Amino acid sequence: MTTRRLFAVALVVSLLVAGVASYYASSHPDGLEYVAEQTGFIDSAEDSATVDSPLADYQTSGVDDARISGGLAGVIGVVVMLLLSTGLFWLVRRRGTDDDESGIVDSGDVDSDDARAERARQSEA
Amino acid sequence: MHVPDGFLDAPTSVATGAVAAVAVACALRGARRELDDRTAPAAGLVATFVFAAQMINFPVGAGTSGHLMGGALAAVLVGPWTAVLCLSVVLVVQALLMADGGITALGTNITLIGIVTVVVGYGVFVVLRRVLPKRLGMVAPAAAVGALVSVPAAALVFTLLFAVGGNVPVDLGAVMTAMLGWHTVIGVGEAVVTGLVVASVVATRPDLVHGARPLLVERELELRTGVGR
Repeated sequence: MTTRRLFAVALVVSLLVAGVASYYASSHPDGLEYVAEQTGFIDSAEDSATVDSPLADYQTSGVDDARISGGLAGVIGVVVMLLLSTGLFWLVRRRGTDDDESGIVDSGDVDSDDARAERARQSEA
Repeated sequence: MHVPDGFLDAPTSVATGAVAAVAVACALRGARRELDDRTAPAAGLVATFVFAAQMINFPVGAGTSGHLMGGALAAVLVGPWTAVLCLSVVLVVQALLMADGGITALGTNITLIGIVTVVVGYGVFVVLRRVLPKRLGMVAPAAAVGALVSVPAAALVFTLLFAVGGNVPVDLGAVMTAMLGWHTVIGVGEAVVTGLVVASVVATRPDLVHGARPLLVERELELRTGVGR
């Protein structure tokens, strides 16, 4: 599988999980909330300062249908995550090949065609 | 186990905030060695997938639920330093956008879900990789066990923080027992998801799995000596 196709699969899976499957998630309190209820410290929880966010609690404010409201919040979250995290990692990454420390990247046997093409494009630039 | 505002007092929250800040600063340096033109977008997708997966609470019986934390998963796929950054971005987006996890508790949540799970999950994984047969098929089971241990480890650290800075005086023994018990069960779910995802990526592109690289190098050396004969 090419790198590009694997990345596309990962993105589609993330969108489906956040946008569709999340509707079917359990609405029971999570482990910490449950323990806090049982042992008597749940009341010390305070509302977050961002509780009025339009996406608070993974629901889009102004959208009545629960399935669409939650799905939309999930999809927006996925897009924000993708942009923020990929942007961060692109800035942090090691550039060029001068200090390449991962021995596997330059090995012909396991290297993919598109990784080689990617490097070729880069050396042209 | 996103900690809301109010569970822990101000000094404890400041302390975990400092721990988180130092860890993220170190991770920004350390991740440079793990990220290149190919693994940087992969790491972005891992962070995105962890965010999506954390929306799926699975029932663990008796009216409670749990979801993937993803520290062990991210560490095995893209490296431990990068994993700390992945989880930190997830937690910041959740706190700011989704009001999931408190703002003053952000340092606590990064410490528990972004640091403890990565350190423990990846630590267990590396030890297992050393003792298990040197085969690619061992990567996913080792990751799953790391994931299994990482969840109660985070629950344990929360309980210790609560013992130091809890805002309500409750029976700590009961908190400890309940936290460890439920989060061991949630850890089984963490192990299943982590094992399946790691196994899928190892099966398609093992060269993109950070935790599989040492095994690939060995395999390749064997192949080359074979060719020489």
